[in-house]
Amino acid sequence: MSSGTLLYDALGPRAGRRVRWFGVVTGAVTLGVLFLVGEKLATEGQLSADKWGPLIDPANPRFSTLWSFLAGGMLNTLIVAVLAIVCAMAFGTAMALLRVTSQPWYRWFVVSVIELLRGIPVVLLIFFLARVLPEIGIEFSTLTFLVMGLALYNGVVIAEIIRGGLQALPRGQKEAAQSLGLSSWHTLRLVLLPQAFRMMLPALIGQLIVVVKETSLGFILSYEELLRRGQIAIQSLHNPLQMFFTIAVIYIVINLGLTLLTRRLERGARKKAPGTPADDKTPAAPLPSPAALPEVRV
Amino acid sequence: MDVILDNFDLFWQGWLRTIQICFFALLGAVPLGILLAAARVSPVPSLRTLAGGWVTVLMSCPLTVVLFFMAFGLPEIGIKGSYFWFGTIGLALYSASFVCEALRSGINAVPTGQAEAARSIGLSFMPSLGLVILPQALRSSLPPLTNAIIYLIKNSAIVGAFGVGHDLFAVADTLTAARGLAALPVLAGVIAGYLLLVLPIGRLLSLIETKVAILR
Repeated sequence: MSSGTLLYDALGPRAGRRVRWFGVVTGAVTLGVLFLVGEKLATEGQLSADKWGPLIDPANPRFSTLWSFLAGGMLNTLIVAVLAIVCAMAFGTAMALLRVTSQPWYRWFVVSVIELLRGIPVVLLIFFLARVLPEIGIEFSTLTFLVMGLALYNGVVIAEIIRGGLQALPRGQKEAAQSLGLSSWHTLRLVLLPQAFRMMLPALIGQLIVVVKETSLGFILSYEELLRRGQIAIQSLHNPLQMFFTIAVIYIVINLGLTLLTRRLERGARKKAPGTPADDKTPAAPLPSPAALPEVRV
Repeated sequence: MDVILDNFDLFWQGWLRTIQICFFALLGAVPLGILLAAARVSPVPSLRTLAGGWVTVLMSCPLTVVLFFMAFGLPEIGIKGSYFWFGTIGLALYSASFVCEALRSGINAVPTGQAEAARSIGLSFMPSLGLVILPQALRSSLPPLTNAIIYLIKNSAIVGAFGVGHDLFAVADTLTAARGLAALPVLAGVIAGYLLLVLPIGRLLSLIETKVAILR
C-alpha cells in the first residue's frame, strides 16, 4: 500500500468505479481459470479418492503410514536446516571477521574465497563435496555433505550480511570503544558485532528461509528429506500431482511462518532504530535500505 | 587439466546449453516479473492480492518442488513436454517472483516527496510516472535485479540436476558418474564454467549500477 500512495492519488469517484470494474473482471477471470483447472483435474481423474485419500483422508488405510513416513522426512529436513544454519552462522561470522580485520596482503585471498563460494550454484557445491571428498579418502554421510554444502554457501552469504551490518554502524561506535582503551578485537566483539547482529537479524532469519528451501537439494544425494520421501511414496501411490502439491503446501506453511517472524522482527528493529536514544545498545543510524544491503537470496 | 581439454567439446556444449536455459528462462521471467510488479502496485485490490499471493507462494516453495511438480505432476493431466521446457518454464515462473520483488523494492525506494513534487508542479499521472518515478525506481532496483539474474543463472544448475541433459551440471554428472573420471578436475571445469557466466555478468551489471546510481 505504501507504494500505492506514491504512484497514484486517492481515487476519485470515476477512478473508483473503474477500479471496481477491473476488480470484478480480475475476480471473474481468476474464478474462470480455477474452474477450468478443476474441470481438467476432474476429467483426468486427478480428484479421485484413490489419489487424494492417502494424503487427506484419515480413514484411508495408508493415511497413517504415509504421514509418519512424511513426518520423518520433515524431521530430516529440519535437522539439515538447523545444523546448516548453525554452521553457516559460525562460518559466516568467522569469514566476516576475517574479511574486516584482514591485512591487505592476504585480503585478496579472503575476498576471492567468498566470491568463489558465492558464485557457485549451491547444488553444484553439494555435488562437488559429495564427489570429490570421497575421492581423496574423506567419507562422510550424505547428511554431512548436505550440511557442509549448505553451510559453506550460506556462510559466505551471511558473512556479507554481517559485513554490511558492520559497515552500516555509525563511526562513533568504533571511535568510542577505542577511546575507552578497548583493543581492536574487543571493539569488534563487545561493541560492533553485537550491534551488527541485532541490526541484521531479519536478514539472517531470511537466510534461514533460504536454507529450508535448499534442504530440498538433498534429493541429488538421495538424502531422505521431505521431498525425497515424497518421491519415494509416489512410487507406490502413483499420485505425483497430489503429493508434490501437498509437499509444496508444507514448505510454504513452514516458510510463511518464518516470513511472518522476520516481518515482526523487522518492525521491532525499525521501531527502535531511527536515532531514538531510548536504549543505548540501539544503533543510532537508520537501518540501511534493503536495496543497499547485500542481497540475501539463494 | 587433461580431463578438461580432452572433453572440451562436452564442456563447451554444456556451457552453451546452460546459457540457453538461462536465456529462455530470463525471457519468460523478466516480462512476467514486470507484469507481477505492475499488478502489485496497481490500485486494483484483487490484482494486488493475486500477484502478492503468487509471489509469496513461489518464493516460499523450493525450486526443486516447483520443478518436480512441473515435470512429474503436469504430465498426469495430459500436459506433455520435454524436460528442457518444463525445467526452463519452471525456472522462469520461479524467478519471476524475484524479479517482481526487485522492481517493487525499487519503486518503494523512491521517496514520497518525489511523487508529491511531481504532482505539485502540475504533472499528471502518466508524466509523473514516466518522467519522475519510474526512472528512479528502475535505477534503485538494479542491484536486486542483478541478484535475481545471477540467482537465476545459478539455479539453472538445479534444472540441470533434473537431467534436462547436456547442460554444465549434467556434464559434471556424466563425466564423473558414467565415465568414472576423477571428480576434482571435472568439477573444477564446471565451476569455472559457471563463474565465467556469473562473474562477468555481475561485473557488467554493477558497472551499470555505479553509472546510473542515484546519490541520495
